[in-house]
Amino acid sequence: MFNPTYIADIQHFETQESMSAELTGAEITVRCLQEEGVEHIFGYPGGAVLFLYDELFKQDKVRHILVRHEQAAVHAADGYARSSNKVGVALVTSGPGVTNAVTGIATAYMDSIPLVIISGQVPTHAIGLDAFQEVDTVGITRPCVKHNFLVKDVAELATTIKKAFYIASTGRPGPVLVDIPKDVSQQKTKFVYPERVTMRSYNPNIRGHAGQIKKAVQLILEARRPMIYTGGGVILSNAAARLTELVRLLRFPCTNTLMGLGGYPATDRQFVGMLGMHGTYEANMAMQHCDVLVAVGARFDDRVIGNPKHFYNPDRKIIHIDIDPSSISKRVKVDVPIVGNVPDVLDELIKLLELRKEKPDQNTLDAWWAQIDSWRERDCLRYDRTSAIIKPQMVVETLYKVTNGDAFITSDVGQHQMWAAQFYKFDLPRRWINSGGLGTMGFGLPSAMGVQMANPGAHVACITGEASIQMCIQELSTCKQYHLPLKIINLNNRYMGMVRQWQEFFHGNRYAESYMDALPDFVKLAESYGHVGMRIEQPGDVEAALLEAFKLKGRLVFMDFVTDQTENVFPMVPGGKGLSEMILV
Amino acid sequence: MENEAGALSRVAGLFSSRGYNIESLTVAATEDSTLSRMTLVTTGSDDVIEQITKQLNKLIEVVKVVDLSEGNHIERELMLIKVRAVDHDREEIKRMADIFRGRIIDVTDKSYTIELTGTGSKLDAFIEAMNRTTILETVRTGASGIGRGERILKV
Repeated sequence: MFNPTYIADIQHFETQESMSAELTGAEITVRCLQEEGVEHIFGYPGGAVLFLYDELFKQDKVRHILVRHEQAAVHAADGYARSSNKVGVALVTSGPGVTNAVTGIATAYMDSIPLVIISGQVPTHAIGLDAFQEVDTVGITRPCVKHNFLVKDVAELATTIKKAFYIASTGRPGPVLVDIPKDVSQQKTKFVYPERVTMRSYNPNIRGHAGQIKKAVQLILEARRPMIYTGGGVILSNAAARLTELVRLLRFPCTNTLMGLGGYPATDRQFVGMLGMHGTYEANMAMQHCDVLVAVGARFDDRVIGNPKHFYNPDRKIIHIDIDPSSISKRVKVDVPIVGNVPDVLDELIKLLELRKEKPDQNTLDAWWAQIDSWRERDCLRYDRTSAIIKPQMVVETLYKVTNGDAFITSDVGQHQMWAAQFYKFDLPRRWINSGGLGTMGFGLPSAMGVQMANPGAHVACITGEASIQMCIQELSTCKQYHLPLKIINLNNRYMGMVRQWQEFFHGNRYAESYMDALPDFVKLAESYGHVGMRIEQPGDVEAALLEAFKLKGRLVFMDFVTDQTENVFPMVPGGKGLSEMILV
Repeated sequence: MENEAGALSRVAGLFSSRGYNIESLTVAATEDSTLSRMTLVTTGSDDVIEQITKQLNKLIEVVKVVDLSEGNHIERELMLIKVRAVDHDREEIKRMADIFRGRIIDVTDKSYTIELTGTGSKLDAFIEAMNRTTILETVRTGASGIGRGERILKV
């Protein structure tokens, strides 16, 4: 596609030019991406970004991945960011390019994922005149970005892009959008990429308050029924190793939220499983009945603690560590708030705890563990392993076995997502990629593409359902173009399973519009995109099929598992109920 | 906050998206043209006010947030009120404006336009004191506030 000599010439030309001559906004944008060390961007061209694409064409440092829908571009950049700890970058055109991207942006915003989205805009003189493919991008995206910019002057472009990367990746991360009108991408100015930017109104480096940390240590040492509850903040801030150190030092039980899985090794005895609406019995009971709760990078959301009134317990003391002050005392009042960068605060905690001579009372801790173990005996995740129909839980368990627990797993949203979270034991952070906050169906496949781009050679599996997968199925084409050997685990129960489950429990078995009729033949569909398709109908075939799929190293394999239609996710805390008011299997 | 296009809509958007009340909102550039100062009047429980403060602080363009009602402060609001003033009402309205230390800034043979400054409740009281049927039009700026004495908000 590219003529290497031609590229070399251009680069030579550019380096000479940048010394003296001015660059266009489009050139500047691409140079900024190069300066930031961006290797992959995900996007879709269009009128307003033609100059940008022209510059991308002339270089080979930033590789562009052409998706088939802008939502997928942002999800892919998102999966890339989540799995690699780099800022994900997406490029979309004005108007529908942006509106298609909004779902992806909101998904990243809810889960605090660092992204920079560059969008084209109609020329500045046309803004506000209802021009072709014009939308108020800054207005539409304002409630679902950490920040956004409309660049009206090419002289501000480089600094703005620098700010975008800085804001996206510091503090509580999040998506930042830079809207570039077409004429700005044509105008010329001298290019200087600032080494750093400072903003008087944005100082994200917060150190935990020493006095508060001391108070926390005291509470921890006096705890009789302690619990450590951690969320996505531990993953995002790369604090998993320190968290593990702290938990082991204290011998306390630890639970992770859906977003926090992998923050503490799931195969460790001190891990009591995920908590929340579909958390384990032991995690939810320990959460409800503990006397000292250490919340780390988590936000007590409705899917985690259920009804805050029921959760409230005057005898329980709560320590809450989070970088975002607005996450503290939002739904639950806490006793010791510590605003700060999670790994730094954990470091301080560990240091102080090691200095102190005393330890939490080991006898009471043993009694607490005995209580937790008795809750564990409830075996809340059990299911019928002898079923003649494939149980979805069994597929996830087998996938775990076949991949030695070492794959990157993305998911869509619904029952399959919960089974993936419950049955794939994540020992490492950044391996579990799902849309926890916004709950975006269609996230799984495109985010898996981003994960695979960031981790070539790694096993990447997308656990999905026949409803979710159809929301971004077009990306099978992208996977073919870029040779992404994803393994798609389609738990096909012919229903929007989670909707069906709620209808069964709370709407008198009236399955309104949740049956997925007229499904495609997924095997033929995968084959028509140039991939391998498999249909697995017997429980006895599950393991062999998975083994075979992972042997096909360079190929995407779409595995359509025909699963039990009536299976439900247990335990379940019904909406609005308390955490200990679980429906059990 | 930074005197930048869009900063106001971020604040207004935050209040509507999170369901907070805005009773009034005034904003203009300060002596430093890169900065705007906004006075926003809202109501809510202590928890809600705490959340509002935190959420405002998160906005990139917001430089500093102070809850003026936590200490002594002064607030003033400007109202322009146009009233029908005919016959013996003219004298009565003039006297009422004087009592409230308002000024008549525009006159026709049928109307007065009165300028009145004070706290919101003083302006309310003036409206109450006027015969409702005489009020033709009112326009109010919303409150602007500042700390009393040495207390200052400086970035």
